[in-house]
Amino acid sequence: MNLATFWFILIAILWSGYFVLEGFDFGVGILLPFLGRDDTERRVLINTIGPVWDGNEVWLLTAGGATFAAFPQWYATLFSGFYLPLLLILAALIVRGVCFEFRSKVDSPRWRTTWDWAIFAGSALPALLWGVAFANIVRGVPLNAQHVYTGNLLTLLNWYGLLGGLVTLSLFVLHGAIFLGLRTTDELRRRARRAATGTALAAIPLAAIFLAVTQVGHGRPATDVTAAVAAVALIGGAAAAMRGREGWAFAGTALTLLLAVATLFGDLWPNVLPSSTSATYSLTVNNASSAHYTLVVMSWVAVIFTPVVLGYQSWSYWVFRKRLTRSDIPAPEQAPAARPGTGPESAEPIGGRA
Amino acid sequence: MTVLDLSRWQFGITTVYHFIFVPLTIGLSLVVACMQTAWLIKKDPVYLRMTKFFGKIFLINFAVGVVTGIVQEFQFGMNWSAYSEFVGNVFGAPLAMEALLAFFMESTFIGLWIFGWNRLSPRLHLATIWLAAIGTSLSAYFILAANSWMQHPVGYKVIPGTHRVVLTSIWALLTNSTVLAAWPHVWFASFMVAGAVLIAVSAWHVARKSQLEVFRRVLRLGLAITLAAGIATAVTGDVQARLMDSQQPMKMAAAEALYNTSDAASFSLFTIGSLNGSKELWSIRVPYLLSLIATLNPHGTVQGIDNVERAYDKKYGPGSYKPIIPVTYWSFRLMIGFGGLAALLAAIGLWLTRRRRIPRSRWFYRAALWGVALPYLATTMGWIFTEMGRQPWTVFGLLTTAQSVSAGVTASSVIISLTVFTLLYAGLAGIAGWLTIRHVKGGAPEETDHPASEEPLPVFSY
Repeated sequence: MNLATFWFILIAILWSGYFVLEGFDFGVGILLPFLGRDDTERRVLINTIGPVWDGNEVWLLTAGGATFAAFPQWYATLFSGFYLPLLLILAALIVRGVCFEFRSKVDSPRWRTTWDWAIFAGSALPALLWGVAFANIVRGVPLNAQHVYTGNLLTLLNWYGLLGGLVTLSLFVLHGAIFLGLRTTDELRRRARRAATGTALAAIPLAAIFLAVTQVGHGRPATDVTAAVAAVALIGGAAAAMRGREGWAFAGTALTLLLAVATLFGDLWPNVLPSSTSATYSLTVNNASSAHYTLVVMSWVAVIFTPVVLGYQSWSYWVFRKRLTRSDIPAPEQAPAARPGTGPESAEPIGGRA
Repeated sequence: MTVLDLSRWQFGITTVYHFIFVPLTIGLSLVVACMQTAWLIKKDPVYLRMTKFFGKIFLINFAVGVVTGIVQEFQFGMNWSAYSEFVGNVFGAPLAMEALLAFFMESTFIGLWIFGWNRLSPRLHLATIWLAAIGTSLSAYFILAANSWMQHPVGYKVIPGTHRVVLTSIWALLTNSTVLAAWPHVWFASFMVAGAVLIAVSAWHVARKSQLEVFRRVLRLGLAITLAAGIATAVTGDVQARLMDSQQPMKMAAAEALYNTSDAASFSLFTIGSLNGSKELWSIRVPYLLSLIATLNPHGTVQGIDNVERAYDKKYGPGSYKPIIPVTYWSFRLMIGFGGLAALLAAIGLWLTRRRRIPRSRWFYRAALWGVALPYLATTMGWIFTEMGRQPWTVFGLLTTAQSVSAGVTASSVIISLTVFTLLYAGLAGIAGWLTIRHVKGGAPEETDHPASEEPLPVFSY
C-alpha cells in the first residue's frame, strides 16, 4: 500500500467518523420539533447533543483539510464542481450552528419555535445533500481532460443521487432517534423508540436498495462483504431499538454508517472522482495526490495526534454519559429587566446627566 | 462583473466578517480563563460572576466565528480551485494541522466547559477553558502560517512542467519569519479588541452605578489590557514593517504611496490629492519616519513603487505589479490611527480611574462605549492592507489572483453565493449584536458563597 492509498483510507475514516457522530446530531435536529412537545422537552433534546455537536462537526473540517493537503486536485475539482450543493450545506450548517447558541438566549415561545424549525431545516438539508453528493461521487460526474466539472446542479439530482440522499436522511434520523433513546428517560425515551421503529421501516428498504444498486454497478468482492454486513447491522440495530436495547441499537446504526462509507470508498478506489465523460479523465488516488514529502509529514501528524483527539473526545462523551430528564433543565433565564436590584433602572446614571 | 471580481468580493466580505468574531474569541477566551483562575485562587465570588458574564459574550461570538470559519476552509476549493490545485501540497498542510491539532481541541473543550460546571472538579473544569483558549491561539498560528506562506513563500519548490508547487520543509513553513512576526501582532491586536469590549461593557454599568463591585474592576482590567496590548501591537507591527520592506517592497511603497525611491523618506499622516503619483495638493508629513519604520535608519533607502515595478517587470515579465494604491495607503494609515487612538483612550482612562476614582464626565463614558469600534476597525484595516497590498499575487511571486480562480464555476453561481453569504452574515451580525447588547444590559449574575451548588447552573446550558 502506498502513502496515497493510506491517505485515501484515512479520509474514508474521517468521513465515517463524521457520519457516525454528526449523523445523530442531524437526526436529533430533525426530530426536535416532533418529539419535543413543550419547551422543556425540546431543551432536553438539544442538550443531549449540546456538549458534543461542535466537536463532531470538526470531523468534517478535518476531512476537508485532509483532502486539501493529501489530494489537492480532488479537493479543487470536487469543491468547485459541487459549488451550489456545498453552498446549501454551508448555509444550513451556519444557521444550525448558531441556532443552539441563540435559541436559549431569549425566553419567548415565538423566538424559540422559529429557531426549532431553523434547527430542523439546518439538519435535514445537509443530511439529504451529503447522500446526494456521495452517491454522485461513486457514480461519476462529467469531468473534462483538465479535471474540471462540466455539469450543473441538475446533473447531480439524478435518481441514484436522490436515492443516496434519502438513504443518509433516513439513516441519520434513525441513528438520532436511537441516540435519543439512549440519552433520555420516560416519555421522551418511549417517543424516541417509536420514532426509531417508524424510521427503520423506511431506512431499511431504502438502504438495501441503494447498497444493492451500488454493488451491482460499482461493487467488488470485498465491498460486497462490507455492504452485506452494513445491511445486517442495520436490521439488527433496528430490531434492538424496537426491543428497547438502545446500546446495541446504537452500535448497530453506527456500524451501518461506518460500513456504508467503507463500501462507497472501497467501490471508488483507485479512483477518487470518476469522470463520466471518459475514464481517462478520472481523478485517481495517484494522479490527484500530493507529493511524497507532504504525505509523509501529514502521516506523522495524523499518527501522533489522531489518538490524542480520539482520547479526549471519548472522554467528553464519558463525562456526559448520564441520561437527561426534565428536572436537569434549569428554569429559563430571566429577561434582563426582570432581575431585581441589578438592572439599569436600579441606580441613577452618572454619565447621563452630568 | 467577472467570476474573478465576484469571487474576490466574496472572499473579502466573508473573511473580513469572519475576523470580526475571531479576535474577540482569541482575546476573551484567555481573559475568561484568567478570571476563572482568579476565582479558584482567591475564592472571591466576584471573579466567578465575571467569568460567567464574559463567558457568555465569548460563547455568542465563538458560535459565529466557528460557523463562518467552515466557509473559509471550503471557499478555497469552491472559488479558488486553480489556487488549491497549485498550492495544495504546501498550503493544505497547515490547514489540516489546524483542524486536527487546534480546532478539535477548541471545540471539544468548549463543550466540556459550557456543560461541565457541575460534572467536573473545579480544577479540571478550569483546565477545560484553558485548553479551549490555547486551542484558539494555536488555531490562529496555523492559519497565519498558511497566510504568511502566501506573503512570503518558503520551504517549497516548483515542479517544472506541472502547475503546482510542492513542500520541501514543513519546519521552514511553520517558522517562516513572516508568521513569527504576524502571529504576535494579530495575537496582541486580539487583546486590544477584548480589552475594548471589557471597557465598553463595564463603562456602561459603571455609568449607571450598577454592579460596581464587578464592573469597576473590569473597567480597570480592560483599560490596562488595551493599553498594554496596544503597545505590544505597535512594537510587533514595527518588526513586521521591516520584514515587509525586505520581503514585499512593493507593499511597503504602496503603504506610503511612495513612487520614487528615497533615502530619507517621510511618512505622510494625511494626503489630499490623487495618489497616482502625479499630483499631491496637500499633505502633513513627518520627515524621516518612513525610512525609520522600514529600515531603522532615518537615511535608509525605501524603494519607490515605480522602481519596484521596473524590477518586477524584469523578473516576472511585463505587467502591472501595483496594488490599488489608495486602498493600501488609507488602510495602512487607518489601521495605525484607529489602533493608536484606542491605546491613547485607554491611557487616559487609566489616569482618570486611578486610585479607585470613578470619573463623572459623561464624555468619558461615551468614549469608553463607542471606542469599542476602534480596535475592530484597526484589525479590519490591517487585514485589508495586508491582503490588498499583496495584489496582484495570491502567492507572492508565484501565482496571481487572476490565475487562481476556479475554471468551472459560473458567474451566476458566484452571484448566488455572494448574495446568500452577505444576507446571511448581515442577519447573523444583527442577531448576535442584539443578543450581546441584551446580555450586557442584564448585568453579571448574582452568586452565592457556594459556587459548586447542587442546582444546575442556569447560565450554561442551551
